[in-house]
Amino acid sequence: MMEELKRTDEYLTIKANLKKQQRQLIMRKIRSNKFMMLGSIIFLFLLIVALFGPSLMSFDPYEMKVTERLKAPSSLHLLGTDEYGRDLLTRIVYGTRVSIGIGVAVTIISSLLGMIIGLYASYYRTLDHILMRICDGLMAIPGILLAIALMAALGPSATNVIIALSIVFTPNIARVVRSSALVIREQTYIEAMHAQGAGSFRIIWGHIAPNTISPLIVQATFVFAETIISEAALSFLGAGIPAPDPSWGNILQAGKLVIFKAWWMVVYPGLFIIISVLGLNLLGDGLRDYFDPHTTRKVKRRKSKRVGG
Amino acid sequence: MIGYILKRVLSLIPVLFVVSVAIFLIVHITPGEPAAVILGLEATEDQVQELREEMGLNLPIYEQYFNWVTDVIHGDLGNSYFMKEPVTEAIMKHLEPTLSLAILGEIVALILAIPVGIIAAYRRGSAIDQSLMVISLLGMAVPSFLLGLLLMLLVGVHLQWLPVAGYEPIQEGLWEHIKYLILPAISLGAIQAALVARMTRSSMLEVLNTNFIKTARSKGVKEYKVVIKHALRNAFLPILTVIGQSFGTLVTGAVVVETIFNLPGIGQLIINSIERRDFAVIQGVVLFVTLVYVLINLIVDLLYGVIDPRVRLERK
Repeated sequence: MMEELKRTDEYLTIKANLKKQQRQLIMRKIRSNKFMMLGSIIFLFLLIVALFGPSLMSFDPYEMKVTERLKAPSSLHLLGTDEYGRDLLTRIVYGTRVSIGIGVAVTIISSLLGMIIGLYASYYRTLDHILMRICDGLMAIPGILLAIALMAALGPSATNVIIALSIVFTPNIARVVRSSALVIREQTYIEAMHAQGAGSFRIIWGHIAPNTISPLIVQATFVFAETIISEAALSFLGAGIPAPDPSWGNILQAGKLVIFKAWWMVVYPGLFIIISVLGLNLLGDGLRDYFDPHTTRKVKRRKSKRVGG
Repeated sequence: MIGYILKRVLSLIPVLFVVSVAIFLIVHITPGEPAAVILGLEATEDQVQELREEMGLNLPIYEQYFNWVTDVIHGDLGNSYFMKEPVTEAIMKHLEPTLSLAILGEIVALILAIPVGIIAAYRRGSAIDQSLMVISLLGMAVPSFLLGLLLMLLVGVHLQWLPVAGYEPIQEGLWEHIKYLILPAISLGAIQAALVARMTRSSMLEVLNTNFIKTARSKGVKEYKVVIKHALRNAFLPILTVIGQSFGTLVTGAVVVETIFNLPGIGQLIINSIERRDFAVIQGVVLFVTLVYVLINLIVDLLYGVIDPRVRLERK
């Protein structure tokens, strides 16, 4: 009896130690990838700005003050003011909420839809042919043009930007999920599930879906970055978020008209776009390395380039 | 080879079918009656009815689609309601700036990318190599319209070397023409350069480590000949793919960039049509650019087969 207890005890400590080691290994792996750390920090920072930033601002993003028009950055207006005398920092911070919010929404919607489409396409042959031809067709239309056309039909609003960009990016995710699901459905354990008489719902969602999550997350990060660029481009072209709501693209559009007088209206919102896209790309690259333990570093780098190209 | 071409061309049919349906449906996802939306709030019931007839919106939807596709196949993209002219003509009128810009952008990208990619691969781990990696990472984070604005600010406003807006057609002289396109071409080409340079580097790296390069060296072939003639030639296939893809991207990118520099291209055309809800123009431009994009990719794929016989055997 004592012996057994002792053994269980030993077993538990060994198990705990193993877990600890595993955790340390994961942490070391994450920490060793400095670029990914940087990417996650940037991403967290943006989330915090989007969530809490607006309540910290002392100016109203919509209040116009003719006397304060196009003032250069100063201690009162840290990033200067825009063509209506509104505080630029406030506008950019509120714009972060809009741009990041749209990014989150589009990423979640297109990931969910793309996952459903990709999984079912990989499972049923006939469905695969139909769904993938539709995806091919949608992907053949240059993304920004499809988004412009959809926005022209739907009319400018934040919701419509989300709808339009979700339509643009869902095929992208569906393709990635499908290709990794196709590999998994050929595995022996899926065959075994079939043999045991498991239903298709259980196989797809319980056994195939979890194995497609890591490529999905990597792809979702890039979709997030693309969404930020596309939303900015749409708003910049006047087909996205309607004025006077602030978004990075909107501020740039206004900035273009006064580019000779107010450099700050182009440079600062531009910096926010560059930093967030850079952060998301670093995070995506890092996650890809992290999820892919089989290949060596060198090979991985090469691979990421190919996808990037 | 003919079998390969045929197969590749046939595979486009379902893609083009989906493309046409998607673009056709754009008019129909408008909330409310398209004809009423186009005419605005002040239109009378009769006017709306008239436009409905004119646009064929009274017909059942499959018949509308069939008519539209038949017209498109005959090169008729419909008429612009606002410009009172055929969309095909409007596109042709606006094509020159966009095409010029895309070609110039590609040239900028290649001039920057290929030498840098080769040097980075050749002197792996050197300062040039490392800065290339950092710059290309940055390059991918800067959208071309933003780079355009920043260049406009720096070169156009502060240094005043080049015009920041406007356009001269090519008939006015080549330099006059190019002068207006340099800044837009750099904004477009720089990002593509980042991608092409990375591809060149990795493709060259793979080839430089192969045995036939070692053999060439040991036979005493001059170093630059080894790099250019032996290595680059064999590394060129993946580079070509990226160039092909990038040209497609450049045509689309040109559409966005030209609106910044006020170039009267097809981008300007589609942007002006958004607010007017001139659907015929929007559909026409999107369809046209998509066709160009698909065709370029087809050509690249076929070239691939010509250059490397392994490709066409594999794909059979």
